[in-house]
Amino acid sequence: MNDNIAISVKDISKNFKLPHEKTDSIKGVFINPFNKARNKFESQCALKNISFDVKKGEFFGIVGRNGSGKSTLLKIIAGIYQPTSGSISVDGKLVPFIELGVGFNPELTGRENVYLNGALLGFSDAEVNEKYLSIVDFAELDKFMGQKLKNYSSGMQVRLAFSVATILAESDVLLIDEVLAVGDADFQRKCFEYFKKLKKDKKTVVFVSHDMSAVREYCDRVILIDQNKVVFKGSAEEASKEYTKLFVPPAQEQGPTVEISNDKADEVVEKWGSGGVEIVDAVIAKKKFKEEDKYIQFSYRVMGVGGFNDTINPGFTIKDEYGQPICGTNTNISIGKNQKLVFDNKTREVSIDWSLPNIFNQGIYTIDLAVLSSTNGSTLQWWDKAISFSIINEHSVPYPVAPLVDININ
Amino acid sequence: MNYVNKIKQKYHYSIILLKRLVITDFKIRYKGSALGYIWTLLRPLALFSILYIVFVRFLRIGGDIPHFAVYLLLGIILWNYFVEVTNNGLSAIVGKCDLLRKLAFPRYIVVLSGSFSALINLFINLLVLAVFMFINGVPFSVQALWVLPLIIELFIFALSIAFILSALYVRFRDINYIWELILQAGFYATPILYPIATVSAISPIAAKIIMLSPLAQIIQDARNFIISSDTITIANIYGSQYIRLVPIAILILLASISITYFKRKSPGFAENI
Repeated sequence: MNDNIAISVKDISKNFKLPHEKTDSIKGVFINPFNKARNKFESQCALKNISFDVKKGEFFGIVGRNGSGKSTLLKIIAGIYQPTSGSISVDGKLVPFIELGVGFNPELTGRENVYLNGALLGFSDAEVNEKYLSIVDFAELDKFMGQKLKNYSSGMQVRLAFSVATILAESDVLLIDEVLAVGDADFQRKCFEYFKKLKKDKKTVVFVSHDMSAVREYCDRVILIDQNKVVFKGSAEEASKEYTKLFVPPAQEQGPTVEISNDKADEVVEKWGSGGVEIVDAVIAKKKFKEEDKYIQFSYRVMGVGGFNDTINPGFTIKDEYGQPICGTNTNISIGKNQKLVFDNKTREVSIDWSLPNIFNQGIYTIDLAVLSSTNGSTLQWWDKAISFSIINEHSVPYPVAPLVDININ
Repeated sequence: MNYVNKIKQKYHYSIILLKRLVITDFKIRYKGSALGYIWTLLRPLALFSILYIVFVRFLRIGGDIPHFAVYLLLGIILWNYFVEVTNNGLSAIVGKCDLLRKLAFPRYIVVLSGSFSALINLFINLLVLAVFMFINGVPFSVQALWVLPLIIELFIFALSIAFILSALYVRFRDINYIWELILQAGFYATPILYPIATVSAISPIAAKIIMLSPLAQIIQDARNFIISSDTITIANIYGSQYIRLVPIAILILLASISITYFKRKSPGFAENI
């Protein structure tokens, strides 16, 4: 193997055997030993002909949708699953973080669990001893190390597990599953600081995720797996673009199409609220925006239902693919309270056009539409994910928004 | 050189893990119970007391054998070790499925660790036996050290079965019930409770067959070395020392089947559990 290569994956395929009639009991074997159906199984392909190399000191990303096979691939690299065919070689000590705190036992004390978890990751007592104090320090659990783990809060357990993992595992190759980056904001920040440190220390890291912003920020190279195959290899930048494309149906590739949002038949239209008005005809100018599209434009109509009589306050919220709100407004905020949208016996409906600068980063977005009552602020109607659109940028950044920046170099 | 290092590294991990798992098992086994580790001693002693009262005091089994109480206790201790190793082994892989799915440690370690935990208990129980011997006035002799190779034989025998059971249990979940039955039958098919001479008197062939089992051979040999040289061993029954090769052959055969089977099945454990 080349000296610069840390992990070499050659032509890996993995099939899972799914027996038609699982013989979980010996009864089956005794009752009908010649039953041929018993031995039949369906082969399900999880990975097909995967090849790639991870160089030493590289932060290598594996991305893909749910069920694409990326976790299976990680488990094969970690040696937990055996590939059906193909070979894999790892140079150096490999520590997998498929999950935090593997083997933690609630009946043991914090201290004992540190040693147990350490041993499972391959560290001797002497090695753990050396770093024990920094582990305790980092976890901020000084006073609790003699307590049984079952008396810890879940937050304390995660902190301990994370600190064992990060302080102890100064090994050559790290496999990190995205599950590592769960928790509250403070914990996530710690995780990302840890990633930065790994990058700074030139550790070889294989990172499995579908959080594109993290991938773009940390990964040097990325493979994109879809339908059990490698569909793209290259920079994090391009891979995240390819990843986004996976979610856009190919039929809507080009042209400004007027699209009524509930295009997915299986998706239930989510409208809720105290009633009185009905939001209809939610329309967006395009399904797909590019960098040269300066504005995102959409519109909807509000109709009064029954004898509705009130001043209304329509608005919207744009969320990214993770449901994280990016921006939004309503007429009260943007125009002020002087602009009255009064629904009475004469006015029964109003149509509103919205236009906002395209500052969005590459990704998929949804728009929630809402109409509030101006008088008491109650939600008259809220329409979840009424509209969706995607942004395809030439230059994408690892941040929530990507406004056009003028740069003058003098 | 690289290859040597690799092997070294591989076993380095195994040893670290084995040690930690045995310690962990030792610590948590009796957590929450008031008597804690004393249970390790109480369990065989309780069985011993029951059997002693019922069979020795009332049914007068083993009347003419000297120190029959110690004789019985030794049998129970060795049998108990066998039961513990095989039961630990049976559930070792399936019970640790959580670990198996997330880490790629050598699978045999979890079976081995259960066996070592039982071995520690065996030695503690043998100390209790020594106390009983003292009370009963059984003379201690240097010959008793012969029990060590017998323990190694028992260790290998029990572990071989444990490996097979652990791998089988991944696929067939009613192995545990079957094994329970086999153990029950095995207890009576092994000369623990009754002197082998009693069987010999009724049916010499039955006694001969019984003694071919490594367990019977080990228990009788251990009694022979520790308690009384009058104990009937496999060599006495057959009238030849060469017959000793048979239990050893059984042991080797079993061990090789066990290793082969476990090695073949272990890569698939993580996905088959």
